[in-house]
Amino acid sequence: MKTTTLDRAAALRADFPILARKIGGRRLVYLDNGATSQKPEPVIRTLDDYYRFHNANVHRGAHTLSEEATTLYEQARLHIARFINAPSDTQVIYTSGTTESINLVANTWGRANLGPGDEVLITEMEHHSNIVPWHILRDQLGFTLRYVPVTDDGLLDEDALDDLLTERTKLFSFIHVSNVLGTVNPAAELTARAHAVGAKVLIDGAQSVPHMPVDVQALDADFLVFSGHKMCGPTGIGVLYGKRELLEAMPPFKGGGEMIRDVKMSGSTWADLPHKFEAGTPPIAQAIGLGAAVEYLTGIGMAWVHEHEQELLAYAYPRLGEIEGLRILGPGPTRRSGLISFILDDVHPHDLAAVLDQAGVAVRAGHHCAQPLHDRFGISASARASFYLYNTPEEVDILCAALEKAQDIFAF
Amino acid sequence: MNPVILEHYKHPRRHGALAAPTVRRRDVNPFCGDEVTIDLLLANGRIEDAGFDGRGCSLSLAAASILLDNVTGRPIDAVRRMSSDDMLALLDMEIGPIRRKCALLPFSVLQACLAEEKNGHE
Repeated sequence: MKTTTLDRAAALRADFPILARKIGGRRLVYLDNGATSQKPEPVIRTLDDYYRFHNANVHRGAHTLSEEATTLYEQARLHIARFINAPSDTQVIYTSGTTESINLVANTWGRANLGPGDEVLITEMEHHSNIVPWHILRDQLGFTLRYVPVTDDGLLDEDALDDLLTERTKLFSFIHVSNVLGTVNPAAELTARAHAVGAKVLIDGAQSVPHMPVDVQALDADFLVFSGHKMCGPTGIGVLYGKRELLEAMPPFKGGGEMIRDVKMSGSTWADLPHKFEAGTPPIAQAIGLGAAVEYLTGIGMAWVHEHEQELLAYAYPRLGEIEGLRILGPGPTRRSGLISFILDDVHPHDLAAVLDQAGVAVRAGHHCAQPLHDRFGISASARASFYLYNTPEEVDILCAALEKAQDIFAF
Repeated sequence: MNPVILEHYKHPRRHGALAAPTVRRRDVNPFCGDEVTIDLLLANGRIEDAGFDGRGCSLSLAAASILLDNVTGRPIDAVRRMSSDDMLALLDMEIGPIRRKCALLPFSVLQACLAEEKNGHE
């Protein structure tokens, strides 16, 4: 492993105050970044500064604080737009997170464009947030929901796509990077194939945008959704990016203040993008905090973040594979992101997580909000170690040692 | 790991289905997909026999073992009056809000068994 990459990761750890915490007297080894990332000092300070010096409501009033808050809120949108290479910041809609972004598309674009005879295509490796909104809407609108199968190797069955993508397909909504398998789906290629039959494309970037460069124009995505808290930002803030003509044609999602142009007793007209979709007082501090997170990540460089995680993966994958009775889910190390889900013979994932916690190691255990995928592989739950820019090979070693200890404890 | 929990997990009491149960209920923990099935043999106002099967973590399966061991032979009405806190007291360990769902899964299945039995008779 390159010492430069590791030296940099070790230096970056100092930016994250929580990494100095002890868990039961041991150093915290935080490997649950797929669930949420830790927050660096610049983001924490931005939130603190906002509440200490600038707090006011946005786009209302004409006093100094309101002007400052509005400027910070809209500057953050600009930073986020640049981060994903959106053509305009007006195409960056603030939401509460990936889940709300998908529900927004389902309830606005979906209601306006889907009906009996139409098909929405998703995949077997979706997070519940990209399954359940379509279940709800299908039951109301009567379209058909279809799934791209997942191969035993944890890849999308691209051969099956030829039969699944037809002129009936109105939307192909897929996860860019699987939160369980780590699979990196070929998003640009999948998008092109969907566009060839006239379908729109929604890309769930919850596990890709925090970890690799993502360019909405290069992908030609119609919609891209992601969450702030998985990329060094606060909870309660996420993004819906959309192509301008689609967003303009979509009806509003929620009605209320801020999203209107004109309200009369007889009816209302809507504000321009992006505010049409931002009813009520928005998560102002959180949006500004996400802007700071994006600046932080831009300063480090997303190409470096990706490279570092790939190096950790290259180290961890064979190390974990050496543990007897451990089975890694998903593809080999070359087609995946920096997360590894696994099952260990005779040790339930919850028990594993509990034993690892005693060693200071935080991992996720459960079905990771992807029950259909776990059903596909005939298991009820798995454990997941997911890396971020501050993780190191020493932490992988601590994880492996703790796994072997768990095996000893639970051996029958 | 708590040694009592580990002991019940590795050597569960009352494990396995009953041949002719009065009532059988299965439930899953929606947070992890774990499942527990409980069989009860009810007679003379008492839980005469009990058995369980399922897949889950040490806490959920040990909780089933400890719970069924505790309630077998006791009057149905007394068991119906047990609260979640009574169940947690049986486990006698510190349990956080997430693992509580594991610890209480067998208890909720048991109470569902007894509710079903009551409805069946009324």
